[in-house]
Amino acid sequence: MTEQTIAAIATAVGEAGIGIVRLSGKEAFDIAEKMFVTKRGDSPKSLPGYSARYGRVVDPYQGRTIDEAILLVMRGPYSYTGEDVVEFQCHGGVVVVQKILETALRLGARMAEPGEFTKRAFLNGRLDLSQAEAVIDVVRSRTEESLAVAVDQLEGSLSKRISAIREQLYDLVVRVEAIIDYPEDDIPELEVDEMAEVIRTVIGELERLIATADQGKVLREGLKAVITGKPNVGKSSLLNRLLDEQRALVTDIPGTTRDTIEEVLNLRGIPLRLIDTAGIRESDDVVERLGVERAVQLWGEADLIIHVMDGSVPLSSEDREILARTRDKLRVVVINKSDLPRVWSLDDLDARDLGEAPVVEMSLLEGELTPLVDAVVGLVSKGGIRESTASQAIVTRARHKTALEEAKADLENALETLSMGLPLDLISVGLQGALEHLGEITGETVRENIIDRIFAQFCIGK
Amino acid sequence: MSLHDRYDVIVVGAGHAGCEAGLAAAKMGKRTAVLTLSLDNVALLPCNPSIGGSGKAALVREVDALGGEMGKNCDATLMQGRMLNTRKGPAVQSLRVQLDRKLYQRRMKYVLETTPNLFLKEGLVTRLLVENGHAAGVKLQDGTTLYSDVVILATGTYLDSEIHIGEVRYSGAPQGQRPSIDLARNLRDLLPIVRFKTGTPPRVNLRSLDYSKLSKLEGESPLEGFSFETGSIEIEQVPCWVTYTTEETHKIIRDNLHRAAMYSGAITGPGPRYCPSIESKIVQFPDKTSHQVFIEPEGWQTNEGYLSGLSTSMPTELQVEILRTVPGLENAEIMRWAYAIEYDCLDPFSLYSSLMTKEIAGLFCAGQINGTSGYEEAAAQGIIAGINAVKYLNGEDPVIIPRSQAYIGVMIDDLVTKGTNEPYRIMTSRAEHRLYLRMDNADARLTPLGYELGLISEERYAAFQKKQEQIELEVKRLKETPVGGDTETNIILRRLGTAELRHGVTLAELLRRPEISYAHLGELGELPELPENVRKSVEILVKYEGYLKKQEAAIERFEKMEAKLLPENVDYAGIKGLSREAAERLNMVKPRSLGQAARISGVTPADVNVLIIFLETQKRGGSVDE
Ligand SMILES: Cc1cc2nc3c(=O)[nH]c(=O)nc-3n(C[C@H](O)[C@H](O)[C@H](O)COP(=O)(O)OP(=O)(O)OC[C@H]3O[C@@H](n4cnc5c(N)ncnc54)[C@H](O)[C@@H]3O)c2cc1C
Ligand SMILES: Nc1nc2c(ncn2[C@@H]2O[C@H](COP(=O)(O)OP(=O)(O)OP(=O)(O)O)[C@@H](O)[C@H]2O)c(=O)[nH]1
Ligand SMILES: [Mg+2]
Repeated sequence: MTEQTIAAIATAVGEAGIGIVRLSGKEAFDIAEKMFVTKRGDSPKSLPGYSARYGRVVDPYQGRTIDEAILLVMRGPYSYTGEDVVEFQCHGGVVVVQKILETALRLGARMAEPGEFTKRAFLNGRLDLSQAEAVIDVVRSRTEESLAVAVDQLEGSLSKRISAIREQLYDLVVRVEAIIDYPEDDIPELEVDEMAEVIRTVIGELERLIATADQGKVLREGLKAVITGKPNVGKSSLLNRLLDEQRALVTDIPGTTRDTIEEVLNLRGIPLRLIDTAGIRESDDVVERLGVERAVQLWGEADLIIHVMDGSVPLSSEDREILARTRDKLRVVVINKSDLPRVWSLDDLDARDLGEAPVVEMSLLEGELTPLVDAVVGLVSKGGIRESTASQAIVTRARHKTALEEAKADLENALETLSMGLPLDLISVGLQGALEHLGEITGETVRENIIDRIFAQFCIGK
Repeated sequence: MSLHDRYDVIVVGAGHAGCEAGLAAAKMGKRTAVLTLSLDNVALLPCNPSIGGSGKAALVREVDALGGEMGKNCDATLMQGRMLNTRKGPAVQSLRVQLDRKLYQRRMKYVLETTPNLFLKEGLVTRLLVENGHAAGVKLQDGTTLYSDVVILATGTYLDSEIHIGEVRYSGAPQGQRPSIDLARNLRDLLPIVRFKTGTPPRVNLRSLDYSKLSKLEGESPLEGFSFETGSIEIEQVPCWVTYTTEETHKIIRDNLHRAAMYSGAITGPGPRYCPSIESKIVQFPDKTSHQVFIEPEGWQTNEGYLSGLSTSMPTELQVEILRTVPGLENAEIMRWAYAIEYDCLDPFSLYSSLMTKEIAGLFCAGQINGTSGYEEAAAQGIIAGINAVKYLNGEDPVIIPRSQAYIGVMIDDLVTKGTNEPYRIMTSRAEHRLYLRMDNADARLTPLGYELGLISEERYAAFQKKQEQIELEVKRLKETPVGGDTETNIILRRLGTAELRHGVTLAELLRRPEISYAHLGELGELPELPENVRKSVEILVKYEGYLKKQEAAIERFEKMEAKLLPENVDYAGIKGLSREAAERLNMVKPRSLGQAARISGVTPADVNVLIIFLETQKRGGSVDE
């Protein structure tokens, strides 16, 4: 551990309610000793690993208290990075947190590079691949919701779920292998039904985990919400209102927006990647035409479509076409400009094309945003995206999802092999394959485990 | 030094490892001495008179495919044989044979005696000569010294071995032989040594058994032999017998556990989990009320019988009492006591994959001395050590068979990569690519290598090529021959108990049905005249094609990692980012490839990533530090 002590603000600036400054390295404790006074009066340096103290962060140069805070200490190698680690947790705003960091830097720490804590943890063997990735998610998480998933994963809830699933498989594989490797020992035979039942159960559980992957992705990357509609209906106005800033240009000239504009936004805990697009219409202008093409392409990629229409001008074929072509998507329909006289009614729309989509009539110029936000959030949570986030294991990495899908495919093969009446060693290929794939997520050596378990569970050998 | 005392290769030991090592080196043209404690005990089977079984049978076939002797020796001296696991799939079928112990030894000795370049000698080695870190020869108890640039140690369980029978312990070796004490002391100064133990059951006079209480286990005839040269074996076979221990047996053992050498603390070395003594079985599996006992005859011309399943380190009087409680064995006359044996062996981390020691150039080790257990395991290492000894003398790269190609590769890689803390036994579950490592295709996997090495004769190689050709042609024929769609065929299919065909398919597709065998196809049209082993391979290749294809793809991926070679002289402690444990392990194992490194315990995926980065920076000529 010759590396320099590093320090960084561990919470994203301006987002969380508490601010955390984290230090890792040989001198972390020395630095804490100089800048933290515990309420009890004991010395931070003398604290045992995994303990916390309430107290004050002070600036030793000016002798002033910066803020009240909690000091958390972890001693290497039993810390998150494998090195000595201290954390200052305070409630102060950005300024206070910055001040704490500056003090630590002046006392000898070096500013950490992005992801450096994780890198150290990873390199010191404190994290397996899945955990390391989860941490990177923590670092990057845009909203508290996704933070919760990432933290959860960090604590191994995905690993735990997978381990539990794997246990059932191990039991089966170990029996299969014992029967194969010890043909002359009287190990009870396996019944086809019994095997099929276990395999089916495991497949079911894998499916449930895989199903969370889409949610996981959403939580990690944000829900892709595409704003679309014909020109001049108020799409850019909608983006600006939701962001509460003049991000996109708004004019009364149709075709103002010609390229996509993307912004990230936290809508009551749901991370959205909000995308404003060019208004849909036939155009001779090359640039605009490209923009329209791009917009149409985005419909396909969208997790959610916000279709804006103008209630103050007659319905056009574009309005109808958009409605028809986005039928399969999660959608909110906004009928804008309700401050102006309404020239068409909902009945003028094709009911089948409209489907179940919630309709919000509003004025982006002067109306309240709440009904729109309610509609979006309601839609997303009805889609099952929100509820399950609280404390459940969720698959957030594409790599994990792939591994789970491969495990599932292997088990399906095993099941098919089994149902075809083929012998054990062929069934075993799928079973072991599935175990190996699940092992990829947590980095476990499957083969040795199987052998150890054979000996632990069966009385074999002469 | 006379020419007389000078050899190219000296093999210490004429057990299963030593015999194969000596034969391989001699056949590859090297003047080879094979030394043994006693010429009367060449290729001794000190435990059960049986070879083969799950995993082990594949090893025997592999040794044979490379040109080794074990398979042929079994085929020539067996008394019974059975194919195990026939219903559990193509990859795990395994032959197991009962041998006439004496015949086995006699034939192997004769083969050694008649092999050109091979000099079989009695003599007890007391010291290894090492000059400047290179093997130089051996000193014998009789005062002579033999010189060579390569020494292969294949000394089995004899190194400072100690026999335990209950409270009694004495310095001794299997079958009343001498232990090898001076050599053991000498090796302790040279190499990292550990102490292992194993045990063997009592032998009884077969006339004293009550056969009415035993069930009979017959062999199979005709039997397909181990060797690809043998073909089918049709001899009169002897049966084995089966009985079971009783609650009473278990009670005696439980009440007297403190008297077993294994539990009294007299033995400290770990024993093999897969060859547990009856006392360990009872301690470990208290709920099992009875354990199987096989009674195996030891030869045509002897009445000795081996009690498989009753290995014990109990004192003699309890051995008698234990047998009294086993149905059929109540009045058994014990001829040899069961005993446990403790012995020195190498920590296999001290070996390269070539089986040469890292410390002493030119010193190879094979067999039980490397921490394994079992005749087949020993023979398989023996042939590799013999081959690589010659490669070393010729200044050529060693032969390292990848895990994906043979159980031999799996075993050696396990040993040198993971080490072992108990006597190591091969198991099919240890192999990642079991479907490919079958008995039936061992020749396809290894005979080209054996031929290239000069261990396979022209004649045999021609036969091998013919076989491969026959297989290929017949597979092709099956894939191209249409069948079905007519009522006549459907009548036959119905009779065979399989679904009718509404339209035509190929014979290959039909064969893929689980209930259809290759022989069944004969009912639908004439089958070409082909040897049984060709038919068998064809059946497997066609029936399981989909599975085999997938395995091939997996092997390809696996071999990619194996092909990422690590430089030989790296100090892993100097690589930033590796955990200390990983660096230590890597320095100890000195893996050849990234694939091997990843298998070392204590090397985490994170460490592997660091190694990948390291390789990358090396490739770019950069330094390892930031
Ligand atoms: C009691 C007992 C129980 C066993 N139980 C089992 C079991 O349950 N399952 C199983 O799979 N295997 C068992 N085995 C192991 C099996 O016998 C061995 O694994 C196998 O024989 C090892 O072969 P090898 O060639 O390495 O050595 P060995 O067959 O032991 O041959 C060693 C050779 O080295 C020679 N030698 C030794 N020292 C010297 C010297 N200093 N100078 C000259 N020559 C020397 C000996 O004469 C002998 O020829 C058991 C062995 C014993 C003794
Ligand atoms: N009266 C009224 N005018 C609105 C409302 N919302 C938007 N507008 C006006 O409509 C015009 C177009 O608004 P934008 O937000 O630029 O419309 P857009 O859909 O982005 O248009 P393009 O980018 O051209 O496709 C502007 O002049 C807005 O001020 C509303 O609710 N009521
Ligand atoms: Mg716009």
